[in-house]
Amino acid sequence: MSKSFVELNDVKLRYSEGDELALETTNMKIDKGEFIAVVGPSGCGKSSLLKLVSGLMPPSEGNVIVDGKEVSGPLKIVGMAFQNPTLLPWRTTLDNVLLPMEIVKPHRNRLRKHRAEYEERARKLLATVGLEGHEDKYPWELSGGMQQRASLCRSLIHEPDLLMLDEPFGALDAFTREELWDILQNLWMIKPFTVILVTHDLREAAYLADTIYVMSKRPGKILVERENTLPRPRDQETTFTQPFTDLVHELRSHIRDVREA
Amino acid sequence: MKKKLNLRKATPWLSAIGLFVLWELIVRIFNIPPYVLPTPSESIIVGWQFHEAIWMHAYHTLYTTLAGFAIAVVFGVVLGALVGSSRAIYDAANPLLVGFNSVPKVALVPVLVMWFGIGTVPAIITAFLISFFPIVVNVATGLATLEPELRDVLRSLGATRRDILIKVGFPRAMPYFFASLKVAITLAFVGSVISETVASNVGVGYLMLSASSKFNMPLVFAGLLVIAVMGIAMYEIFNVIERRSTKWANRGNPTN
Repeated sequence: MSKSFVELNDVKLRYSEGDELALETTNMKIDKGEFIAVVGPSGCGKSSLLKLVSGLMPPSEGNVIVDGKEVSGPLKIVGMAFQNPTLLPWRTTLDNVLLPMEIVKPHRNRLRKHRAEYEERARKLLATVGLEGHEDKYPWELSGGMQQRASLCRSLIHEPDLLMLDEPFGALDAFTREELWDILQNLWMIKPFTVILVTHDLREAAYLADTIYVMSKRPGKILVERENTLPRPRDQETTFTQPFTDLVHELRSHIRDVREA
Repeated sequence: MKKKLNLRKATPWLSAIGLFVLWELIVRIFNIPPYVLPTPSESIIVGWQFHEAIWMHAYHTLYTTLAGFAIAVVFGVVLGALVGSSRAIYDAANPLLVGFNSVPKVALVPVLVMWFGIGTVPAIITAFLISFFPIVVNVATGLATLEPELRDVLRSLGATRRDILIKVGFPRAMPYFFASLKVAITLAFVGSVISETVASNVGVGYLMLSASSKFNMPLVFAGLLVIAVMGIAMYEIFNVIERRSTKWANRGNPTN
């Protein structure tokens, strides 16, 4: 078996000394290029999990290992996208997507000289999410779905090994959301990167993930680890097949148990 | 559309003229003596008679105001950046700043005179002291209200505090900064004129004081009008700069 890319070993988290636990003993192993989803009731510490793995928050106990090294501070090349697209309003779509290039090494030192090359790369990426022709628009000129696409491009432009998605499609209408599932799946299938997706949309988890973790109410704890072997690429039709609906049902019943517990 | 725009442009002039007409009428109808309230026409005529003296004093006031204001901008931005980017500095500086801002600056003028003598220096310092506060508060607010998600995005890319400040903090604080400049420049006029009135022998404040001691009320009002006009002009200049440099904050709509 290949060595895991991300490992959580007996991780516990409290926000401050003496607080009750936000995250109860958690163990996780994520392979390189694996797409995992974490589902659970709101306030169960799903987002904290992302912060732990990306090193934005240290665990109170246990350790987090990414790429063979223990995480002791913010990792340097993680891509992140949130429910709120958080684009910079004074930058065009293209410049927003290029933001990570101004920060991540070695790109930050190369950007000025090789600007055209980087712009080309950003344009290509924007085209794959259907934003061709919108590169020079400002965020307020884009719809919510388009902003979220741009945000997704920003999180991927530097080709991160690890992508963290915190309910990135939560604020979108159902059609846009399912369109973006396909876009994300495509990008991931072309060149697999490791993804941790936090969501409360069970269909989203079933559509996208290889492994789905169900978390309990606070203090958060992983109750179920469910592999999802539905063949890829998954598409609209997949969502109407028996195995897909069975999987969503199963997840739903886990969540029901969690909420009633 | 064009007509509507023209009307909008004319509105401020119409309201100003309307105020003068009303003022003129009230003084004439109620027969108010000029040593209590002169008519605007009288004030303007007297102002023209003394225009050389007024010009000299106004120029001096403008100079002290802008000098004080310039110091306030530099000081305000630096202090605002410190206060806005560090919780500890915010906690340490906040009570002092609020306390200091509550002290009436006119009470400080005698102190400044003891230190620097009468004249230009205390006027510049008073203009500075009275106008830096809004700049500090606004710059700090602009920096401190950065979305935590955005900070996380940048930090997980390996951004340093300095990166975050330059890439996001300062651009984001620009609208706040420019809004504060408009307030600060008008306050700077208040500061310099106060100081000139109390302790100077040059400037519009001094001119008005000496005119009132000679019961030349039209000249006093001419001085007030000159200060108001300078204030409006400066305000408008910063208004234009603000709109040009932070178009994105108005969503590209320059008339907003």
